[in-house]
Amino acid sequence: MSQHAPLTIRNGRILHADGTIAEGTLRAEGGFITEMGPDVTAREGDTVHDARGRLVTPGLVDLGVFAIDKPAFHFGGITRAALMPDQPTPLDIPSRVRFAALSGKPDFWVHPLGGATRELKGEALAEIALMRDAGAKAVATGRRWIGDSGTMLRLLQYCSMLGMTVIAHAEDAGITGKAVATAGEIATRLGLPSAPAEAEAIAIARDVALAELAGAAIHFRNVTTRGGLDLMRAAKARGLKVTAGVSPGYFMLSDLAVAQFRTFAHLSPPLRCEEDRKAVIAAISDGTIDVIASGHDPRGSEDKRLPFADSAPGTAGAETLLPLTMNLVRDGVIDMARAFDLLAATPAKLLGVPAGRLEVGAEADIAVIDPDRPWIVDSDKMAATAGNTPFDKQPVQGRVLALFKGGMTLKTKVA
Amino acid sequence: MTASEYTYPEGRAAFPHDGLVGIAGLAPHEIWFLLDEAEQWVELNRGAQKRRDVLSGLTIINAFFENSTRTLLSFEIAGKRLGADVVNMAVATSSVKKGETLIDTAMTLNAMRADAIVIRHSSSGAVQLIADKVDCPVLNAGDGQHEHPTQALLDALTIRHAKRAFNGLRVTICGDILHSRVARSNILCLTSLGADVRVCAPPALMPADIERMNVKVFHDFDAALAGSDVVMMLRLQMERMEGQFIPSPREYRHLYGLSQERLKLAEPDALVMHPGPMNRGIEIESNVADMIDRSQITTQVEMGVAMRMACLEVLTRKGRKMEGWA
Repeated sequence: MSQHAPLTIRNGRILHADGTIAEGTLRAEGGFITEMGPDVTAREGDTVHDARGRLVTPGLVDLGVFAIDKPAFHFGGITRAALMPDQPTPLDIPSRVRFAALSGKPDFWVHPLGGATRELKGEALAEIALMRDAGAKAVATGRRWIGDSGTMLRLLQYCSMLGMTVIAHAEDAGITGKAVATAGEIATRLGLPSAPAEAEAIAIARDVALAELAGAAIHFRNVTTRGGLDLMRAAKARGLKVTAGVSPGYFMLSDLAVAQFRTFAHLSPPLRCEEDRKAVIAAISDGTIDVIASGHDPRGSEDKRLPFADSAPGTAGAETLLPLTMNLVRDGVIDMARAFDLLAATPAKLLGVPAGRLEVGAEADIAVIDPDRPWIVDSDKMAATAGNTPFDKQPVQGRVLALFKGGMTLKTKVA
Repeated sequence: MTASEYTYPEGRAAFPHDGLVGIAGLAPHEIWFLLDEAEQWVELNRGAQKRRDVLSGLTIINAFFENSTRTLLSFEIAGKRLGADVVNMAVATSSVKKGETLIDTAMTLNAMRADAIVIRHSSSGAVQLIADKVDCPVLNAGDGQHEHPTQALLDALTIRHAKRAFNGLRVTICGDILHSRVARSNILCLTSLGADVRVCAPPALMPADIERMNVKVFHDFDAALAGSDVVMMLRLQMERMEGQFIPSPREYRHLYGLSQERLKLAEPDALVMHPGPMNRGIEIESNVADMIDRSQITTQVEMGVAMRMACLEVLTRKGRKMEGWA
């Protein structure tokens, strides 16, 4: 990192680690933040960025993406992402983990999530400790849950010993089967294979019980139903090491978005009913949900221009992560400090990486954003490798104007 | 009530749709218009000379991505009786698993300048996907568990011939509602025309929130049958049922098989219908299926040809630049 000139961002409104926002200047040297405050000044030789009164925030830490898609991440202000093990060749052996961990450098950090089981089949445990030492920051079950409760228990015990969080997919596969939609009027009218939303609560109930038994930390990547969130709330109240994440699709959309067989709204887990959508918003507000992540999964027409049930789930979400979360701030659901806890600080903490907050000594992963700047999502013009967004042509607010990774300037948008 | 229950405007305004992907989205008078249009073809089909060359020179492609015998035959006969050149493209389900091939196939058919394409596919929504890509009218001959509109129309035509009135008519649909596109299209069509529709199935074969489609839900077949004017039985797809959705065919028959004894619970002149092919001795007893005064099963097949002739003729009017339709 020392090859870069020191960075000074002046004239910004800095979002400090304690949640306060104060005007001031931030200075980074050797890739780390060295000074922050109203009296800090640039030194000779510094790269100076004028934030023009905009908000200076930590770079986003995206917990659980399916592809490394730097242009999209940089557009969205994301400086680090945890890569799901569900890759064409799964991240279930140390060498692949090591390769993935290096794949973003120098301008992006990939934190691979080690596959919990070999080939993600949910049967034999993968070499988790070797993967940890190769750079895996946590362990993930992948897109599916582990059906065998004994295997899940042993996984949680092992990861507890290693001090790694298990990132789980909360859908009971016995109930979901080949479902591509949530059971309800929309799925019934469209004739789509569907499963009751309770598949989520059932999976969470089991996994929370097993995590408690194992003394393990478990994170559910997407908790999307009232029933699942109620269980999370209760587990947290009992002091268990459980955390919940969600992607913007689940607080922005309900299963109505699936009508007309819109495969861009084909997500996993599937979109839920309106009541569940509101429950997600309430859970973000009351602290039950800890993380908002993009679940970035760019998919081209070969995966999406298909009959709904044959299409691949997932959305290209990196570019819309920040603006859709800003909706929650504008609506008064959360404040700005909490938004960046959800988007950066908590995911970094779960991964055990020193990022996600602006404080002296932290790595200089910094975004300069205008939280109110309007723009229109256009799936044809996205930075992502594919434009599969359910928010196509929607006006949104919130844009990253400049982004720095380890003090290195990635983009400065002056317009 | 008479056949002029609904009035509709002249020309294209009577049926302003470019294709027939589903009953959803059709107004009652548009359904009625199609039923009225079918009557002339019922009459023609009953005569010795069964051909009227109104679609002469037109090419109709039947693209069936899922196995079918009767529907394919019905569409083929319908097209040929109207004088069109009918080409059948039967594709085994397995060979067209990947949808890019599906869209490519659609583009290929489109480039061959078909005047109408009839599609059956095993995935819900597949027909809409193709319809969005091609220039000619697309007729849905069944897409997954979504819709099978011509079946619902021919069922309505059959009922209209026997009962005339739909308003307040009690229709019970019994069987695998969950996996049935026939049930969905019939529910939409019959409720749209004013019938009281009851659906009956064990919970595992009943889709969630089906009552939101304005039907009454029954699990007890005897209760559903009470007072029914029409009993519509659905085929039980045994290969996908056993052990998962129902314990055994004979147990299904015990609870949901239509016997003469059970039929007595319905109105004395209740019609018995089945979209076919039947599993005799499972969802329907042979002696019920063959009741001359009650069973409409062969009439349904007859109406099917006329109904599909009407759909093909109406949907190609724009392309044929018929006055008032171009």
